[in-house]
Amino acid sequence: MASPTDTENLFKTPLFALHEALGAKIVPFAGYAMPVQYKLGVMKEHQWTRENAGLFDVSHMGQAVLEANEGEDAATLLEALTPSALQELKPGRQRYSMLLNDQGGILDDLMVARPLNPLPDTTSDNQLYLVVNAACKAQDFALIEASIAGKGTLTQLADRALLALQGPAAEAALASLVPEVAAMVFMQSRVFDWHGVTLFISRSGYTGEDGFEISVPADKAEDFAKALLADERVAAIGLGARDSLRLEAGLPLYGHDLDPDTNPVEANLTFAIGKRRKIDKDFPGAEKIMSDLFDGPARRRVGLLPEGRAPAREGTKVLSAAGDEIGIICSGGFGPSFGGPVAMAYLKTEFAEEGTDVLLEIRGKQHKAQVAPMPFTPHTYKRASA
Amino acid sequence: MADKKFTEDHEWIEMDGITGRVGISAYAQEQLGDIVFVELPEVGTTFAKGDEVAVVESVKAASEVYAPVGGEVVAVNAALEGEPGLVNESAEEDGWFFEIKPADAGELDELMDQAAYNDHIAD
Repeated sequence: MASPTDTENLFKTPLFALHEALGAKIVPFAGYAMPVQYKLGVMKEHQWTRENAGLFDVSHMGQAVLEANEGEDAATLLEALTPSALQELKPGRQRYSMLLNDQGGILDDLMVARPLNPLPDTTSDNQLYLVVNAACKAQDFALIEASIAGKGTLTQLADRALLALQGPAAEAALASLVPEVAAMVFMQSRVFDWHGVTLFISRSGYTGEDGFEISVPADKAEDFAKALLADERVAAIGLGARDSLRLEAGLPLYGHDLDPDTNPVEANLTFAIGKRRKIDKDFPGAEKIMSDLFDGPARRRVGLLPEGRAPAREGTKVLSAAGDEIGIICSGGFGPSFGGPVAMAYLKTEFAEEGTDVLLEIRGKQHKAQVAPMPFTPHTYKRASA
Repeated sequence: MADKKFTEDHEWIEMDGITGRVGISAYAQEQLGDIVFVELPEVGTTFAKGDEVAVVESVKAASEVYAPVGGEVVAVNAALEGEPGLVNESAEEDGWFFEIKPADAGELDELMDQAAYNDHIAD
């Protein structure tokens, strides 16, 4: 069975020593030595996050600033690779977006923020702050750099760590260090000072809970994490619970639920396609994506609730009630807050209607399941009051 | 009562007369983490030594449980259906999986005793 992970050839985040001190079980993930769980274990860490506040190290993700040259516009430059309406993104706001290939396939999903004021150590006031997936970052940054060549620059923020603080107590815990965050709302992005340390903070996350993502200089990351952990409402949470939390929240994971052969319509992420972009049809793969939007895609990402207790994992075949193969589970497992197995699957569109009865083939046996709405546990984002 | 015998794959078997109770070791449950589902064999099914008999699912992943000896399954621990966490709480007692009637009691001699198993997991 499991032997201690050999971390010699893996990248380490600025919090690696802290993870070890906290008794984390370390696993390789996207080339990094990351904590999959701490002493609480995945189940209790999951529940702690839903009930209190969980602190996640997500420093393996790629942070960068895209700055436009004189006479150019950063949002317009990035729009060449995404279907998002980024020109409309207001200062101090963040948006979920994705990079697409020429067929409209998803190369990565990412967060794009327009800073309220230019970030420290930048020169252009026309800039965007990006956070991309760890496993995709080299490829993403190469793609963006090639696309903006001569019109802008992309600077990786490799000297910054990234933490996420998620859960109902996240606001109170972070506000005890940075009082200004209490006034922030979902998908707002701000820069604040903590004892002379510059923090880039957004009110967002990957758990379905209210919470924050905090970019902190690498050499101050451990101090900042310890200051948060000193609050009894805050516990360190590993990648295991991060996965079960995002699964219950219905949030897709790149490489599992999204890939280059899947477009945003199939992925049920049409909300990320900007209104202006649909009219102008000027994004990669627009022809295919617009035809899928108009006629419906051949397959679509849906939620599935398996009956009984058996978790249905990624790769599980989905059959119609008549026994025909209609799709495959892309993410699945046990939902600790939901209290049973939950899954996401790509199904042929004619079977993607909520309530449709399907069969799952688990270890040669057929198990009943139903197409179900997502999220499986309600989102508790702090949205601006209407 | 006879002592527990262990496999390299972390199953244990404890004989009582002509049948033996089978589970996974305390070490194994700790490695697996929170167990959320156990798929048990059907009573009356016959397995060879090393066959996949049961599946244990943690929050993280599914793992197979292999027959420590060949034989017929004569009972299963129905308590695990409603309470799979029993395996975490009491892997080597209340969290047993099934009872098997060995076809060849000689196969038991090929297994490790507690001391040998302790060495095995210390490696």
